[in-house]
Amino acid sequence: MVITPYHYLVLSAALFTIGAMGVMLRRNIIIVFMSIELMLNAVNINLAAFSHYWQSAVGQVFAIFVIAVAAAEAAVGLGIILAFFRNKDTLNVDEMSSLRW
Amino acid sequence: MLEAIVFYTLAAFVLGFGVLVITARNTVHSVLFLVANFLCVAVMYVALAAEFLAVIQVLVYAGGIVVLYLFVVMLVNLKAIPEAHMDPRRRSRLGFIVASAILLEVSAILVYAARRADAMPLPAGGGDGTPMTGNTEIVGWLLYTDYLIPFELASMLLLVAMIGAIILARREA
Amino acid sequence: MHLHGTALWTLHPALCTLHYPMIETYVIPLLKILVLLNAVLVAVTYMVLLERKVIAWVQVRLGPMRVGPHGVLQPIADAIKLLLKEDITPARADRFVFTLAPIVSMVPALIAFAVIPFDSEITLFGYRIALFVADVNVGLLYIVAATSISVYGIILAGYASNSKFPLLAGLRASAQLISYEIAITMILVSIVATAGTLSMVGIVKAQLEAGVWYAFIQPVAFVTLFIGGLAETNRAPFDLPEAEQELTGGFHTEYSGMRFALFFLAEYANMIVVSAVATTLFLGGWLRPFPNVEALSFLGFVPGWMWFLLKTFVFLYVFIWIRATLPRYRYDQLMRLGWKVLIPLALANLVVTGIVKVLL
Repeated sequence: MVITPYHYLVLSAALFTIGAMGVMLRRNIIIVFMSIELMLNAVNINLAAFSHYWQSAVGQVFAIFVIAVAAAEAAVGLGIILAFFRNKDTLNVDEMSSLRW
Repeated sequence: MLEAIVFYTLAAFVLGFGVLVITARNTVHSVLFLVANFLCVAVMYVALAAEFLAVIQVLVYAGGIVVLYLFVVMLVNLKAIPEAHMDPRRRSRLGFIVASAILLEVSAILVYAARRADAMPLPAGGGDGTPMTGNTEIVGWLLYTDYLIPFELASMLLLVAMIGAIILARREA
Repeated sequence: MHLHGTALWTLHPALCTLHYPMIETYVIPLLKILVLLNAVLVAVTYMVLLERKVIAWVQVRLGPMRVGPHGVLQPIADAIKLLLKEDITPARADRFVFTLAPIVSMVPALIAFAVIPFDSEITLFGYRIALFVADVNVGLLYIVAATSISVYGIILAGYASNSKFPLLAGLRASAQLISYEIAITMILVSIVATAGTLSMVGIVKAQLEAGVWYAFIQPVAFVTLFIGGLAETNRAPFDLPEAEQELTGGFHTEYSGMRFALFFLAEYANMIVVSAVATTLFLGGWLRPFPNVEALSFLGFVPGWMWFLLKTFVFLYVFIWIRATLPRYRYDQLMRLGWKVLIPLALANLVVTGIVKVLL
């Protein structure tokens, strides 16, 4: 059975769905951030699969940029989480609704 | 045949670890499953003949970003016991139903598209004319010639993110 | 005519390769992996003895002498002792992660050996065998990726012990590791810029073409890689995270028996990996001294892998020598050295390498 790009597309869609469910259903903000990383990985798999199919390295270059942006976003996001945790002592997204008290 | 076995095994692992990431009770276990997921995705990149991307995935994603997540989880665990951060309302049944619905919809669209157009025509003679001498060389060539400006912008983005993270996480001494 | 299952291969060795492609693609790599793993594990256990002996001689005493002649069987006695020790797991510790941490420490050190070239090609029983398990296009990056996974072992060990001291020690140790990883990666980039390839075998061949080892072309990179390697493997003078006087034993306080031993075996395996990488990148791998000078070709009677092992052994000896000699760095001095001294040095080296490569 030949593995066509459609197989990778379905895998990528499934991984994206899993990440989206993690973002929507979990209340722990670190788990939410990790689900966002899952979604970015799904996109990367998609890009790499197409890069392999069209024999063009542009997809991999795009994937490298996605990884770089994910690193920057993870750093800043975790900094915000740490600062918030120091003040409010909670990681529950439901309690992160107001910044004042 | 071998390719199909490799793909299905890897896909099962990737999706399995992904589900375990979002359903694990302990946050540290969740992070460990995320690492395993990234390592399996890196193996999948090797199967797609993108070995530079695979090594970058392990080095940056699994070896850098997730270490950062683990650090934050540990620092949070230091202050309060882990059970205090459980989610009381997870609604797993509803989540499963919605996830299956989305997945079915996306797969249906993909299968329809695959049946409609007979096989995407492969462009004759490579993608964009760069010499196919080796994966790292091609990627490096593209990064430094065609995509130089996004490359420099990405480096500035990382610098700004680094400074921002340091300032945000600094203790007000 | 299909020769499979006959003994005709004994008539002439070349007949083997005609109808036995299986042997080349499956059996030989498997044998290479088996031999390599066994050799590494034996070497790692005897590194313990070597370290004790060398440090003893530096301190004008004799070291282990009782078990076997001159203490040669000491590692076997140590292994038996550790296997028979009681296996303690702290109460309320995460059992799965507690057992996983030493494994995550050991495995990346072992898989990094897959791309290290011991020799280019030797002929054995009629087969041409290349003395490396795999020549990956991105071999050098693969090794860096493997060492960056080993950071998890330390963090997880500190976490799984369910106690404040090991957790903090684990965080400090992993912060040290990821800081020095940056300097090492930049040094490796300047070596890649000089050699023009990421593959380990390619770097040695580039040194053969250049006719001189890279230690003479890039001395700053050599010294910086060695210092970074000392810090990456938690060796003295950077061994604050695991010293007994600091933080009541560091991240492995709660470990006993074979799991404890596995951490130290992983450290020695990492040491051997760093020495092997430094040998390949800077001392020419399997090349003899002055590889292109015809007058010294009598040195070619010593096989390449023996040169490689000799050079690696020199590095290991220097590791132990430094441990016996230098005092320990304090944590803030350690981090200052990594971030404020080594990274600017590595960056400057990279810039100078780039300028020289463009001008020449």
